[in-house]
Amino acid sequence: MRTFANFILKEVYHITRDWRSLLVLICIPIIQLFLFGYAIRTELNEAEIAVIDHSKDYITQEITNKLISSGYFKLNAYIENENQIEHLFKNGSVKEVVIFEPHFAKKLEKEGKASIMLVADASNPNIGTLVTSYTSSIIRTYQLELNSKAIKANTLIIPEVKMLFNPELKSVYMFVPGLIALILMLVSALMTSITITREKEMGSMEVLLVSPLKPQMIIIGKVVPYVVISFFNSLTVLALSILIFKIPFEGSFLLFTFESVLFIITALALGILISTIANSQLAAMMMSLGGLLMPTVLLSGFIYPVENMPLVLQWLSYLIPAKWFLIILKGIMLKGLGIEQLWKETLILLVMALFYIAISTRKLKIRLE
Amino acid sequence: MNAVEVNGLTKYYGEKKAILSLSFNVNDGELFGFIGPDGAGKTTLFRILTTLLLPNEGYARILGKDVIKDFKFLRNHIGYMPGRFSLYMDLTVEENLRFFASIFNTTIEENYHLIKDIYVQIEPFKKRRAGNLSGGMKQKLALSCALIHKPQLLVLDEPTTGVDAVSRREFWEMLQRLKEQGITIIVSTPYMDEAILCDRIALIQNGSLLDIDSPNDIVAKYKKRLLSVETSLKHLAIKSLENYEHKVSVYPFGDSIHYTDIRNNFETADIKDYLVSKGIVDCKVVEIEAGIEDVFMSLMKEREHEQ
Amino acid sequence: MNNNKKVIEVSGLTKRFGNFTAVDKINFDVYEGEIFGFLGANGAGKTTAMKMLTGLLSPTSGMALVAGFDVYKQSEQIKMNIGYMSQKFSLYEDLTVAENIQFYAGIYGLTDKQIKEKTDFLLHKLGLEDSRNELIKSLPLGWKQKLSFSVAIIHDPSIVFLDEPTGGVDPITRRQFWGLIYEAAENKRTIFVTTHYMDEAEYCDRISIMVDGRIEALDSPSKLKEQFNSKSMNEVFIQLARKNQNQFV
Repeated sequence: MRTFANFILKEVYHITRDWRSLLVLICIPIIQLFLFGYAIRTELNEAEIAVIDHSKDYITQEITNKLISSGYFKLNAYIENENQIEHLFKNGSVKEVVIFEPHFAKKLEKEGKASIMLVADASNPNIGTLVTSYTSSIIRTYQLELNSKAIKANTLIIPEVKMLFNPELKSVYMFVPGLIALILMLVSALMTSITITREKEMGSMEVLLVSPLKPQMIIIGKVVPYVVISFFNSLTVLALSILIFKIPFEGSFLLFTFESVLFIITALALGILISTIANSQLAAMMMSLGGLLMPTVLLSGFIYPVENMPLVLQWLSYLIPAKWFLIILKGIMLKGLGIEQLWKETLILLVMALFYIAISTRKLKIRLE
Repeated sequence: MNAVEVNGLTKYYGEKKAILSLSFNVNDGELFGFIGPDGAGKTTLFRILTTLLLPNEGYARILGKDVIKDFKFLRNHIGYMPGRFSLYMDLTVEENLRFFASIFNTTIEENYHLIKDIYVQIEPFKKRRAGNLSGGMKQKLALSCALIHKPQLLVLDEPTTGVDAVSRREFWEMLQRLKEQGITIIVSTPYMDEAILCDRIALIQNGSLLDIDSPNDIVAKYKKRLLSVETSLKHLAIKSLENYEHKVSVYPFGDSIHYTDIRNNFETADIKDYLVSKGIVDCKVVEIEAGIEDVFMSLMKEREHEQ
Repeated sequence: MNNNKKVIEVSGLTKRFGNFTAVDKINFDVYEGEIFGFLGANGAGKTTAMKMLTGLLSPTSGMALVAGFDVYKQSEQIKMNIGYMSQKFSLYEDLTVAENIQFYAGIYGLTDKQIKEKTDFLLHKLGLEDSRNELIKSLPLGWKQKLSFSVAIIHDPSIVFLDEPTGGVDPITRRQFWGLIYEAAENKRTIFVTTHYMDEAEYCDRISIMVDGRIEALDSPSKLKEQFNSKSMNEVFIQLARKNQNQFV
């Protein structure tokens, strides 16, 4: 045990002595977070909207005024019918069209409910969500006002949201789970494969192998510090996302930790597998980037929805651990799901972890060839 | 007992034969040298002996144990210094030593007496990173690291390659002291002049042994008459001797030229006369004892002829 | 070497790295067609001095002319007029013999016709015609070293710098290598060589021995042995290097 502790200590020296690399390792996730965060999240300021008012009564008038006076929206035009919407979106002059159904005020009075349709240009999905959620919230505030005046208690205005051009609409929040998966993969797999092949390149692996240390010990000793770093990284990203980007975290933190560790182990096993094949740091890096990171970015659903891909790629995506980890993370963070709903994905991840550990330990060599 | 017993050891890399049916023994407590150029197969042999590679044919027993079956035992009892430097350059002197002690389940304190002679010389710099040490100091540290677990056999692969003459001499002095402590040492070197510092040597070339014996006996087996020619016109003398009808070999050797003749019955004066006739008036020709390097080159030539 | 044309002139050449003086006011001249041995213990400053002379490193102070060019301002001209070969790297292992020759001839601006002639000439001279299309990594070390020396002088430089060219090479090939060096020197090429083999020091016309950044001895091998009352260059070297041992472990 003392041997093992010393081994880890030596690894910690390596990492801390090379403080530039360490700094990069810690800062890159944060930089990525801000890049993704700000590239996606744009401040809503006087977004142009159009209104189709089939009712033209005092309530629709009031709602329209509320929207415009909020400062977030600017009225571009009143239009007469729905046929014009696509044209407006296509030439980019408006971001959203608000449609009041006929006899809006009357319906509200009689039936206690009326509906507004919000059609947004979702070609930029983030702006699409942003405008509709702002609009919805202004309408909700207005509805509360109405109710509190107690003139017409329990009235209900239902905003119906419809997205054009990108009906599946990805949430602004989606990138955080993806980023966490990417970072864990990057640090765990890439860094471990590089650090192990470095010993091979330097020739020190010979001495380590000729010692009584078991090869498993050498490998585990080398990866433990990187597990700590990558876990620290994922916590930083999570904390920053919650604090700065106000991303919801609905589920259990304990479950998040457990699933992250599971994913880290899978990534490490992959990194070790690469290091048993690669003989140089360069080869290890190429294999990690090409074989692990690219698929993680492209096939996990992080950026591009897998459902729209050719079937072969969809099947391939089932083999990507990050795909399952992403489903789990989104479930925990955004939907507040627990293990009862996520056990299937967790099981798949667990099987993958065990599988990769099994083959990477089988490939570990007690000799040089 | 034999510390090392090797029989018919052969290793291929694909089609290429790295070592070819080597057989030899190393006695307990012996300082045994493998002398040969790069690519002779020294590193491959040492890696088999240290359990890092599996041979294709033959067997090797170290300390009475088989290098394949008993690799776990052997890894506890061999100290190995590979040719490429195995120190961690970003760790300090002390951290390196502590690390190597710990992977063998021991501590610096426990075995300090083993390395004391060598380590005291670098101890003043123990807080310095290994990367900032001079070549000679790195060597001392690497040797300390290989010794810290009290190995019964020390395997040193080209420890003096690329090291200056002074540090080399010091290194061999350290090896002599270790030998006195009863540690068996196997060492390889491309420097022929280091051969005489070993108890016994094996001359190795192209994966086979040219000869194996004590340095004195190896030299004694050299039956040819060897002449040394000294002159200020060395280059001209070499060219002239190359064209001499009776010559076998002509090699520059430091400040002189070593010459062998195809005849057995000839006078040194014959050679001198020939050289004078070529305009080399100031030459001095004397018969000398051969050195290891003369023997090596002669054996190398014989092998080439056989093939 | 009965000619006094200086091809390297060094005076007061110094290189400091921070507080550490790697090369300390060295002075020497090297003449045309001379084989100049540049010896010293590891860390004595040989490599640093050699880097300054080949235009890779700018000196802190002092003066050096190589092939008549100033190391401060004319490093480009120096590079065109010198050849360089080191033990560690010279040829590309994954290119063939012919490809390596073509590559080096190409970077020195030889014409296609010259390259072809040179390639054929070198392959013939070194007896490598049959290995023309073999990868460098399949050649024995000795052949590689002979080839890389020939490649280092492919552009007919007036000076060749050789950094431990024979490390690890077998004794016969080592001597053949020196045969190439002598031949180049006869063609009025100047050879500037470092080595750890003390017998090779004896093959040089003159040698300098560096200790702790300074040149402590400079003369022909026989004069040095006389001066230090030693039988071999090895003894001379050890006497000099040991002198400063106690200050610098």
